[in-house]
Amino acid sequence: MKVSYQWLNEYLPLAKNGIKPAALAEKLARTSVDINEVSSPKDGLKKVVVGLVKECVPHPNSDHLHVCQVQVSDDETVQIVCGAPNVAAGEKVIVALHGARIGNNVKIKRSKMRGEESNGMLCALQELGVSTSVTPKSDDEGIWILPDDAKVGEPVWPYVGMDDTIIDTDVTPNRGDMLSIYGNVNDLSAIYDLKKNFRQHALASEDGGPASDKVKISVADDKIAPVYKMRVIENVKVADSPLWLKVKLMNSGVRPINNVVDITNYILLKYGQPLHSFDYDKLPSHDINVRHAHEGEKLTTLDDEERVLKANDIVIAAGDTAVALAGTMGGKSTMVDNNTKTVALEAAIFDPVMVRKQARRLDLHSESSMRFERGINPETVETALNEAAYWLTQLANGTVDQGIVVGNQSDYPAKTIQMSTAKVNDTLGTDLSLADLLDIFRRLDFATEKIDDDQFKVVVPARRWDISIPADLNEEIARLYGYDKIPSTLPVMTRTLGGLTDRQRRLRASRHVLEGLGLDQAISYSLTTVAKAKQFMVEPQDVEPMVLSYPMSSDHVATRMNIVSGLLNDIAYNHARNVDNVALYEQGRVFIPAGGERPREEEHVAGAVTGSLYADNWHMKGDQIDFFQLKGIVEQYLKNFAVNGKVEFVADSSRPEMHPGRTANILLDNQQVGFIGEVHPQTAKEYKIPETYVFELNLEALLKADRRDKHYEAISKYPSITRDIALLVDSSVTNADVVNAINEKGGAFLTDVHLFDVYEGSHLPKGKKSLAYTLTYRDQNDTLKEETVNKAFAKVEAHLTDALGAEIR
Amino acid sequence: MGIREKLEELRDQGLADIQKTADLDSINKIRVRLLGKKGPITNVLRGMKDLSAEERPQVGKFANQIKQDLQAKLDEKKSQIEDDLLQAKLQSEKIDVTLPGTSVAQGQPHVIQQVIDQVVDIFTDMGYQVAVGDEVEEEEYNFEKLNLPKDHPARDMQDTFYVTPSILMRTQTSPMQARMLEKHDFSKGPLKMISPGKVYRRDTDDATHSHQFHQIEGMVVGKHITMADLKGTLELVAQKLFGDQLQVRLRPSYFPFTEPSVEADITCFNCMGKGCPICKGTGWIEVLGAGMTHPNVLKMSGVDPNVYGGFAFGLGPDRFAMLKYGVEDIRDFYLNDVRFLNQFDQKG
Repeated sequence: MKVSYQWLNEYLPLAKNGIKPAALAEKLARTSVDINEVSSPKDGLKKVVVGLVKECVPHPNSDHLHVCQVQVSDDETVQIVCGAPNVAAGEKVIVALHGARIGNNVKIKRSKMRGEESNGMLCALQELGVSTSVTPKSDDEGIWILPDDAKVGEPVWPYVGMDDTIIDTDVTPNRGDMLSIYGNVNDLSAIYDLKKNFRQHALASEDGGPASDKVKISVADDKIAPVYKMRVIENVKVADSPLWLKVKLMNSGVRPINNVVDITNYILLKYGQPLHSFDYDKLPSHDINVRHAHEGEKLTTLDDEERVLKANDIVIAAGDTAVALAGTMGGKSTMVDNNTKTVALEAAIFDPVMVRKQARRLDLHSESSMRFERGINPETVETALNEAAYWLTQLANGTVDQGIVVGNQSDYPAKTIQMSTAKVNDTLGTDLSLADLLDIFRRLDFATEKIDDDQFKVVVPARRWDISIPADLNEEIARLYGYDKIPSTLPVMTRTLGGLTDRQRRLRASRHVLEGLGLDQAISYSLTTVAKAKQFMVEPQDVEPMVLSYPMSSDHVATRMNIVSGLLNDIAYNHARNVDNVALYEQGRVFIPAGGERPREEEHVAGAVTGSLYADNWHMKGDQIDFFQLKGIVEQYLKNFAVNGKVEFVADSSRPEMHPGRTANILLDNQQVGFIGEVHPQTAKEYKIPETYVFELNLEALLKADRRDKHYEAISKYPSITRDIALLVDSSVTNADVVNAINEKGGAFLTDVHLFDVYEGSHLPKGKKSLAYTLTYRDQNDTLKEETVNKAFAKVEAHLTDALGAEIR
Repeated sequence: MGIREKLEELRDQGLADIQKTADLDSINKIRVRLLGKKGPITNVLRGMKDLSAEERPQVGKFANQIKQDLQAKLDEKKSQIEDDLLQAKLQSEKIDVTLPGTSVAQGQPHVIQQVIDQVVDIFTDMGYQVAVGDEVEEEEYNFEKLNLPKDHPARDMQDTFYVTPSILMRTQTSPMQARMLEKHDFSKGPLKMISPGKVYRRDTDDATHSHQFHQIEGMVVGKHITMADLKGTLELVAQKLFGDQLQVRLRPSYFPFTEPSVEADITCFNCMGKGCPICKGTGWIEVLGAGMTHPNVLKMSGVDPNVYGGFAFGLGPDRFAMLKYGVEDIRDFYLNDVRFLNQFDQKG
């Protein structure tokens, strides 16, 4: 809310006590509500004074300009050329002198306009930087005319309220009471412990006939409008509001319209009580019904929009014709205009939720709806209605009909909360006495009653609907006592061990493994397209991903079932920016629908590498990533993960997004836990990425698997013996086939089988390849004898020939 | 010429030859020529048989002396030549040490991960446990059990990705408050937990909004936990993350699941409170929301608010990282440009 410092001062001696706007704002932020901005309308402006137009003649060379002689001080009159149609001799006007700075940082300089010298500019408020959304309509039509008593030569600010300071507060949903001057005065009075002098204007006389003869009201449901009241004011003269009222509205960000509308807005700002004025004579019936809208019912609102209503909207109807959206916006057909004679003035409390839903659905957030949503002070509904009627008698010459027509009046009993001094201190960590606490509530104007040396009762006024339990009062105590005065301690309590769980520790450590191996950690979006969500699944299955009901963008509609696709998006982003070496991994959630209401969330890790892991160097060229480099990374990762079972890489050509000849499923004890390979060139094309290798592992499976123990095995004191073997085999025979065959007949002393060469090419028969291995034999407990090794090695050779048709070379 | 003179002549000639030598090969040749079995000294000594029995041992001794002298000179010269050769080799092996080192492959943890790990470490050191929750949540845990009934205005503050009317992408890590309160066995002591993770809001992505970001929730519930404890805890975290000199100030705020609720500001680490563009001239930076756990939250999770109480706080690693490292666009965290990721390579 835009809170005027000058307005506050009418009810609270702030300036008198040396409390300046900036300090006030700071105090509010520390004690009450957040502050968006503190500013004065005159910030950045200078040399703008009151002038008197002494003479005004048409410009000789123009059909719309005037040449004016303007007195700008006791002894100085300057010539100013002005284009405003309403400029005339005898007027007091706003003069921006030579050297002045006006709105939008414009500097005014002496100049010649069509041959006539002009020593400044006569201004409208807009030209002083006042937003056109709040300037009165008259300001659009020419320069601003100052009151006759304005003193020539003085700065113009006080005459247009621009010397005020506006504190723009950001009110949290619980502090609806702070959406009024009344609420701000109450809170500031408590904060500074200042005596408040909030001036209310009671209605002096009701000179019309009985209002109940003019309108009948029925409220369909207590819930819609717990309070609904109306007054009727006759003989109203619609006109411009006086300057003081216009200024208050403008400084509060509300545009002055006419005296009737301005008075309702003034009351809204002053009390936080929205009012609505109907043109009584335009109401199609004088039976007012507050009810839910009929489904499909139409109403054209003040902003000229035809609204099609829904059954849970709430309306004010005259007879059965909707004439206003309750609490949100009035209807066009019954609005007050210059010819309005009789006003039906409504003051009500509407259901916050209904108003909120209606305003949201229609995107019609108004000053009124915002206040109804956050709660209205039931104590001032009638006060506000009466004061509005008072101002209509004062400013619009109205005659108030007798009595208030009450459509509904619910009870709002004051809440009494019992408090304990010890408990307050135990919660806040303070050492306050009962007297301290009672004093805080005295400042807040909450009645208290002492029960004993510890216990007391607090009566919470209805204006603070947000307070209902002791914890709420704790907050009042804490903020008024001052958060700064609360000491800083650490919880004293039973020692807790805390720390990461085994799972959390392993996940963290395994991330560091991949970083050590050259992969940057990425965090991509978990929400993606349906198509991408379904790709690259560790266990491909025909399942649809979970989708959002109302996504915000077509790129993020479904929860991912893989991480790889997100990494490919990242690679595409890098590639588009000419970054060609990209090595990423990501550890995070995938969401696999599993029949339940919520998907199963699995922790996965995935990697994607394109280009080279090492940047090209002056003396070493970075190798382009290939299957085996990435496989080495995955193998090391799995080794560090220390699962106890058997890990296998099994060729797979079934994944549509993967290269059919360069992809392997990763199996742990025959269970599929991941895959690795080259992205299918077609898929790569769709992602707009170059050749890329990827892997993804389901960490849930790895975390569940038995773990290899950390233990030390003595290094054998005895020497090992090695034998090399080169084989010529059919191309279809895999390394895994050979290694398995060797291990099968390796004997007790074979400790390692190491592949050191693979050759396929012109020196070999077609369809054949050569593989060469070093076999290492060792006895943990004795020196191996050559003949033992020879025997074992011969068995291997024979088996390779028999089982794989290998030719030993 | 007597034997002795001949030997002296051989010695002088030998020493002169050695002196002139400049390579190992020549040294070797001289050694063979002078001291070999067919060398001149051996030859001279053959004439010893003509000497008297008294002279023979003296001449023999003299000859051995000469041999030793020559050998010593040869060794000395050899080592000198070897040394020279080594020096020359080393000279020739000189490299330009300013050429860049060979690149190695090292990846970096994501900057948000770094912030999360740092915060988690601070709290685990204080005996907090880490509770990681699901990202797809039940509405009941994301809202109801946190004292946000349907139609609560505070729900407007969080635009939610719903999947069904009862299932949603969690908008906050706070559901873990309710889940942990329900799970915790208070007979075994207080609950001290921290819960980092991804959260989602129905926002349009721009420089300051992201439909996906991170939160770290913290909660302590036990007997006699005070607001002063909350303040002390937040102060400690702020100082560990941003520096010892920083102060924390609390301001009133509103969260449905805490009462009182506060925003915590820290002294601007950039200007140390003097006022600068980062803190918009206020000297303070808003870093987290916190408060004393609302009795309704405890009650709904089956914890007696008359016996137990506590505090909760939530902070945003994305915002922390933006503040701490001057990142201006939140989207940078999720686009994974490696030129961005690789900047955060400071360890320890």
